[in-house]
Amino acid sequence: MKILVTVKEVAEVEDEFEISGGDIAEQYLEYDLNEWDDYAVEEAVQISEAEDDVEVVTATIGPERSEETIRMALAKGADRAIRVWDDDIESTGKLDVDTKAELLAGVVEEEDPDLVLTGVQAGDESNGATGVTLAEKIGFEWAAVVNQLDLDIEGGVANVHRELEGGVEELTEVESPAVLTIQSGINEPRYASLRGIRQAQSKPLDVQTLDDVGLSADDLESPLAQTDMYEPESEGDATVWSGDAEETAGQLAEFLRDKGVVEG
Amino acid sequence: MTDVLAVTEHRRGELRDVSLEMVTAGRDLADQTGGDLHLAVISGDVDDYAEQVNREGVDAIHTVEYGEEFNHDVYTQAIEQLYAEVDPQYLLAPNSVNGMDYAPAVAEGLSLPLVTDAVDLAADDGLTVTREQYGGKVETTIDVEEDHAAVTIRPAEWPQAEGDGDAAIEAFDADIDESQIQSTVTGFEEVAGGDVDISEADFLVSIGRGIDEEENLPLIEALVEATDATLSSSRPIVDNGWLPANRQVGQSGKVVTPDVYIAIGISGAVQHVAGMKGADTIVAINTDPNAPIWDLADYGIEDDLFEVVPALIEEFGGDVPDV
Repeated sequence: MKILVTVKEVAEVEDEFEISGGDIAEQYLEYDLNEWDDYAVEEAVQISEAEDDVEVVTATIGPERSEETIRMALAKGADRAIRVWDDDIESTGKLDVDTKAELLAGVVEEEDPDLVLTGVQAGDESNGATGVTLAEKIGFEWAAVVNQLDLDIEGGVANVHRELEGGVEELTEVESPAVLTIQSGINEPRYASLRGIRQAQSKPLDVQTLDDVGLSADDLESPLAQTDMYEPESEGDATVWSGDAEETAGQLAEFLRDKGVVEG
Repeated sequence: MTDVLAVTEHRRGELRDVSLEMVTAGRDLADQTGGDLHLAVISGDVDDYAEQVNREGVDAIHTVEYGEEFNHDVYTQAIEQLYAEVDPQYLLAPNSVNGMDYAPAVAEGLSLPLVTDAVDLAADDGLTVTREQYGGKVETTIDVEEDHAAVTIRPAEWPQAEGDGDAAIEAFDADIDESQIQSTVTGFEEVAGGDVDISEADFLVSIGRGIDEEENLPLIEALVEATDATLSSSRPIVDNGWLPANRQVGQSGKVVTPDVYIAIGISGAVQHVAGMKGADTIVAINTDPNAPIWDLADYGIEDDLFEVVPALIEEFGGDVPDV
């Protein structure tokens, strides 16, 4: 059995930042493995540890820089990795959901996995739609926002819990092959061990171009254009207590006593 | 083809609030395109739901009677067929957990550009969608350079529609191919209630990512003890297994309405805010002056929680643990 896990390198923004040229200036960004994908990788690795003959392959759309993130997923136990990138993708800039799903569909066609795991969303763009779009493109069944997964490989069914709003979970049987978008909290992602990090260096990481995944530059055209980015105007009018910690704590304590929520 | 088709949502026999927010967002958009607002009501007691969403500004309601609960394979087929029938310009769905489960598939099936989690919509010369990125630190505007589009809208962002409507309610005879239904909902489960009901508490001390490590938890517990507060948290704390699920405030956790809510090291992501914005007084303790929590806070301390919390414990005569 083969599990494909999509792994995205996401940009995280520092507390203080500036916007220039329609995006957050590069010096305020740090790159990391997308939090939700970390859970998806862990889920796949746990399946590979529990079952015989399971290969875990990661798929990433990203520049060379993202190999650091990919190696992290390999260090946590994925077997090999695919990174899709070339000059045409580079010059396109941000890709929309449809394009990302199209590129990943090309990888799926090549790899023919039995199960695809993605994060529910990426921490930077937060579209929350790539996994389900991919499922529809490749003709797989799917389930979004999965926070429990019990795979019945023989029966060809994934028994999942979908995390709905308000502390309610939906129990669903999903026929294989399927794309499952994985919610944070489904497991406890491991830290990469030193041994894992060493081994990751020698695991295969295959770079593929648009052509390799059966697409051309025309496929990158998007009907969506980001026209502006700005910091939302603060709606807040909080009274901010000033002074050192003792002074501010004193003011908060006085406030709590006045409110009557704390005695003493 | 200037019309708007909006999909309503229900669960376990009850219409969800977001359905009435869809009416407001959909009416507003249809006013800008100069078209009609159509609603889709799919599965369950459709006539009852249709009655409830028949508010002022709705022009037509289409019901699809098939099954009881949400199933994305039914929704996807029903919406695609209804879209062909109504021929709207824009399709709206909620950016709820279920909306995320069918909207991308419908957009793909209908070859529509999809923009998710909209917080504002404008249609003067084509559609412009406003949405957040980077955890709410920035907003972006997205222009849709095609005539048609699908958009999911953020729950609780638009007010619920009021006033009785007089839209015609029509049954739509969708042709659901059962062989395409490859998911089966077998039941629902409530997250364990546990020993404490945070939604009943008057005074909540709530912690988030800013606590950094589980080893720092005793510091907050000491504050809770000294002030006789109830302890709650944002999602990451529960995801990490540092607190049980019944302590989680937010969209997927509990909605709380205490007299005082102290958010310690909580940035205030939208999913968290959904659970605590009804608090009477919100106090933030956070080092990041740009954190979205400041949009809601009535009072705050812009300082390190590891400085402020020990001082606060001492104010109330508690013992500060070594962390």
